[in-house]
Amino acid sequence: MAARRTYTRPMTGWWKRDPFFIRYMAREATAIFVYLYAIVLVAGLSALANGQESFEAWLAMLRSPLGIAFQLVCLAVFAYHTWSWFVIMPKTMPPVVVAGKRVSGGTLTGAGVAAAVLATLVIVALAGLKP
Amino acid sequence: MKRSNAPVYWSLFGAGGMLAALVAPGVVLVLIAGGIGYREIHALATNLIGKAFLFAVASLFLWHAAHRIFHALHDFGIRAGPVAWLLCYGVAIAGTLVSASALFAIGF
Repeated sequence: MAARRTYTRPMTGWWKRDPFFIRYMAREATAIFVYLYAIVLVAGLSALANGQESFEAWLAMLRSPLGIAFQLVCLAVFAYHTWSWFVIMPKTMPPVVVAGKRVSGGTLTGAGVAAAVLATLVIVALAGLKP
Repeated sequence: MKRSNAPVYWSLFGAGGMLAALVAPGVVLVLIAGGIGYREIHALATNLIGKAFLFAVASLFLWHAAHRIFHALHDFGIRAGPVAWLLCYGVAIAGTLVSASALFAIGF
């Protein structure tokens, strides 16, 4: 008996059907850059343990045109990660109740983004950079 | 009943995601600007709090990304097998060990 050829709905590009899915995929895809950037950082720590010469070579790699381009893409992707992470946060955490009233999702997202902006300013200030 | 280890992965994913959401743009900005070099970063790595920060950033970013990529593979039409597991969680384990040993070797 011949194999049955039942109709299978194709799934390729399923996420392009709905802006909600596109946002979901964009959010998940940020992890690819977090992954690559983390590997670069681990390599940096390893180079740091190997001594100054090794670390300077790692820094030179970061400052090459390709390194700068990669970091600029990472910066944009991480900013999107920050935004999307705090947009989702209210849905992934238990409700926050202040004075008997549930704090709205928008307020929690705003607080999260504000905390991230503050953390960024603190890091930049600690590094002694002029913003 | 066998205890599931899913909550461990999930917590590492959550912690890494939160840390990345807060500090990743700042870390990238500082490294792009290039105002700091070996001396500053070595000093940071020998300071106990600095060491903890560097370790948390390097390892938790990896755990966050590993978990997220592994679970999104299906949505990208990729079957998650042992190779995918190794590329995700295996790399996270290796990265954590390399970071820990490097920071330990740098000294206190």
